Amino acid sequence: MKQRISALLLGTALALAAGGAMAQDKTVKIGVLTDNSGLYSDLGGAGSTLAAQMAVEDSGLAAKGWKIDIVSADHQNKPDIGTTIARQWIDVEKVDIFVDVLNSGVALAVNNLVKEKNAVMINTGAATSDLTNTQCSPNTIHWVYDTYMLANSTGQALVKAGGDTWYFLTADYAFGHALERDTAAVVVKSGGKVIGTVRHPLNSSDFSSFLLQAQASKAKIVGMANAGGDTTNTIKQAAEFGIVSGGQKLAGLLLFINDVHSLGLKVAQGLNFTETFYWDLNDGTRAFSKRFSERMKNKAMPSMVQAGVYSGLIHYFKTIDAMGGNPHDGVKVVAKMKEAPTDDPLFGKGTIRADGRKLHPAYLFEVKKPAESKGPWDYYKLVGTTPADQAFRPLSESACPLVKK
Amino acid sequence: MQALYAQLLVGLINGSFYALLSLGLAVIFGMLNIINFAHGALYMMGAFTAYFLLHLTGIGYWWALLIAPIVVGIFGMVLERTMLQWLAGLDHLYGLLLTFGIALIVQGVFQNYFGSSGLPYAIPDYPQIGEWRGLQGGMNLGFMFLPVYRGWVVIFSLVVCLATWFLIEKTRLGAYLRAATENPTLVRAFGINVPRMITLTYGLGVGLAALAGVLSAPINQVRPLMGADLIIVVFAVVVIGGMGSIMGSIITGFALGVIEGLTKYFYPEASNTVVFVLMVLVLLVKPTGLTGRAA
Amino acid sequence: MSALTDDSIPVTPRAMRDEMIVFAAMAVLLGLVPLTGIYPFFVMQALCFALLACAFNLLIGYGGLLSFGHAMFLGTAGYCSAHALKVWGVSPEIGIVVGIAGAAVLSVVTGFISIRRQGIYFSMITLALSQLLYFIYLQAPFTHGEDGIQGIPQGYLFGIFNLARPTVLYYVVLAGFLGGFLLIYRTINSPFGEVLKAIRENEPRAISLGYKTDQYKLLAFILSGTIAGFAGSLKVFVAQNASLTDVHWTMSGEIVLMTLVGGLGTIFGPVVGAFVIIAMQQYLAGFGQWVTVIQGVIFVACVLTFRRGVIGEIAHYFRRSL
Repeated sequence: MKQRISALLLGTALALAAGGAMAQDKTVKIGVLTDNSGLYSDLGGAGSTLAAQMAVEDSGLAAKGWKIDIVSADHQNKPDIGTTIARQWIDVEKVDIFVDVLNSGVALAVNNLVKEKNAVMINTGAATSDLTNTQCSPNTIHWVYDTYMLANSTGQALVKAGGDTWYFLTADYAFGHALERDTAAVVVKSGGKVIGTVRHPLNSSDFSSFLLQAQASKAKIVGMANAGGDTTNTIKQAAEFGIVSGGQKLAGLLLFINDVHSLGLKVAQGLNFTETFYWDLNDGTRAFSKRFSERMKNKAMPSMVQAGVYSGLIHYFKTIDAMGGNPHDGVKVVAKMKEAPTDDPLFGKGTIRADGRKLHPAYLFEVKKPAESKGPWDYYKLVGTTPADQAFRPLSESACPLVKK
Repeated sequence: MQALYAQLLVGLINGSFYALLSLGLAVIFGMLNIINFAHGALYMMGAFTAYFLLHLTGIGYWWALLIAPIVVGIFGMVLERTMLQWLAGLDHLYGLLLTFGIALIVQGVFQNYFGSSGLPYAIPDYPQIGEWRGLQGGMNLGFMFLPVYRGWVVIFSLVVCLATWFLIEKTRLGAYLRAATENPTLVRAFGINVPRMITLTYGLGVGLAALAGVLSAPINQVRPLMGADLIIVVFAVVVIGGMGSIMGSIITGFALGVIEGLTKYFYPEASNTVVFVLMVLVLLVKPTGLTGRAA
Repeated sequence: MSALTDDSIPVTPRAMRDEMIVFAAMAVLLGLVPLTGIYPFFVMQALCFALLACAFNLLIGYGGLLSFGHAMFLGTAGYCSAHALKVWGVSPEIGIVVGIAGAAVLSVVTGFISIRRQGIYFSMITLALSQLLYFIYLQAPFTHGEDGIQGIPQGYLFGIFNLARPTVLYYVVLAGFLGGFLLIYRTINSPFGEVLKAIRENEPRAISLGYKTDQYKLLAFILSGTIAGFAGSLKVFVAQNASLTDVHWTMSGEIVLMTLVGGLGTIFGPVVGAFVIIAMQQYLAGFGQWVTVIQGVIFVACVLTFRRGVIGEIAHYFRRSL
């Protein structure tokens, strides 16, 4: 309480010193809404809260009289729990900005609420590209990745590298269908051919019969349009059936470093997929990741979702600091964020588009062989880079009402 | 036609897991009159135990097949002694609720400590005899490429199922067991320690679940929730087969695995639901299940 | 064998009077909530689950049937209402009716199948049926898979009550809850309810008295499923979305837990249990990973030491029926 009063006094003093007649409100509250206990907790969870804390510390805003609080909660992957928490955060706790919000169902629900209540969401966890397409909002920025980008980058780069025949293993629900459709379109556009598809039910434990069909197709690339446990089990069983050693390549369309970590290199080697962040990309990412992993309970390196929380908040802090205070009008803050180019050590230089899409390069990685890895978390070889302006859905194809045509 | 044979064989592999798990459920139900909702969680513990044995003590797959069921079986017996036995004489539904709670606790604790994405466990590469590298690699059967490990799972689980059947139906110990189910008071009068037999039976059923867990560790990612959805399918298997006979649950388990395998080939969209649909059909035609007695 | 519920207390006029007093007190207290500054959305959500738990309790507490798939009614009604409101653009009252109708049809079908077996088998069958439905909803296009149906318009109930205003919505949900509660209460104390209890206690005897017990059980199942659907429809207006979590088996488990905590077969137990569990979920959200573990511990603790539940223990202590 004492701290808060002194910070307020300081803030008031600064505002007065600046000659402003009106005292600037320099308080801001960040809500980390994530999955702390379920399927995606390795991806976001406690690591996202840590990333937010590090962003606050590194921003230097406290020294400038800002008072920044962080709250975090577990939405348990349930959209209704997510919205109830979010609503309570906005109404009672006066949260200004939501970060992480992984799980597409929760993200779309919170997206509506944030728009209704004029708050801000920097979504770094959800995969659905609807957030900046049909469901786009003047209050939301989608930071790290989306399904369109993953499909686009992976499809394009692999066809370019000679993988011109594809067979899809698709999870049989809306998400899997969308991923398959987007990737297939890119493959065909880049001159490749789709020679078959098999749809498997969600949460299968056995993929052998689907893998047999993929193997029999003799396609050069087996694209996995699924996620989470389905993907890791597919990879594990593909190794058993000798898919990769038989000369076919496995392409993951939604895969994270934590999945590779849990699979182990022996099984995951040779796998291709896209991410927008890897801890070992350059000096900037290495420095951050080292500090991050030292503070993590299990010494894990940051995932791209967690890195996105840091990167997004750094840009947010720059923006509200430039505004001088009163960061409570969500539409205004997001508009200002879109005006300025972004720059941080994790994602490099970038921009935010009118539809709320943050643009940065996408990297196609191949998982190293066990012999090539120098130690824990040394997993990826960079195979190709898709530049920022080509990685994401072009505005000309956008259905977002915010985009002027 | 070739593909069909392949799917049949693959279905048999899945059937092995269904058979082992539903057999364990049937053994426990026969003796304790409890539906063990924690069966999926204990299956998961079996896989995790195999992982720990390998990564903490260096004990490999082959010993894990023996040690993990014993370790988890002892854990199960502790559960029975400390909790389940207090439910004797109460409505059976309390057993369901209690074991459901146990499943939530076990899965939650594992998830807290080991995350959700899981841990790796490789197919054993020893003993190495000539061209054989343990259970790694595969054989070309002409109509399909069969990983050696899959073949091993089918054969081994068949042997275990038949051994369990033999133990319960053909040995003196099994006779006591069956008698104690029918008439505990009378069996007690013969000087047999019935509570201890109940504990051992629960341990046996749990051990079967753990064994299935070890078998699946090299195929499926070792994850805290690996048994959570599986157990519901196994429940449906149990409803279809009825829990009256040991042989019945073994046969139903394998048969449903094969049917599921065929569905994956002919109409993959329905392969997750086919077991449930079959359950509905069986209930409409023969409510007591294919081999079951009336409950 | 001891039954699931404590029925040693006879239902007397005095007990009925006690229950009406408690009901009136509950209604007044809940009616005052918006004046107290308690966050209304929390209470609204709890009320929806309270009604759901009461509907579930009708089956287990008075029919002796433990359904482990009651989330299917919640979710089905939610999807039907949400689809009607969002895609067809119907008014709120029609949306609720569509949801209830969906749940009613589902309960007729699933009831017809599951009522064929009793005891543990019944629980496993309902669980399997709800899992079947879960997979169907996952693949059906109109549910939008994992994204769910989002941004459902709240609209004007009967053309006059603006449901977008939290206070108005609160009283509408409260009215719905109290209405559903009274309907269940009336059913329990009707001749139909008495027959149900008789079947629970001794089915062969009820059959020998000439009751067609299967028909009674089926009717109870349909009633329970339909009221659960009503709760699901109300919840759509509170959460403004309908998602797969409402049909998942974990949700069915939570419903069982709520009723168990409050007291199986007590009239007010499920309400108390729902508030306890929902409050716990909200409060524990900050703790992160331990939510499922704590739920499991409560399950075990309730079964081992606290079988009557909160209200059941109180009622037993005062020798009153609550």
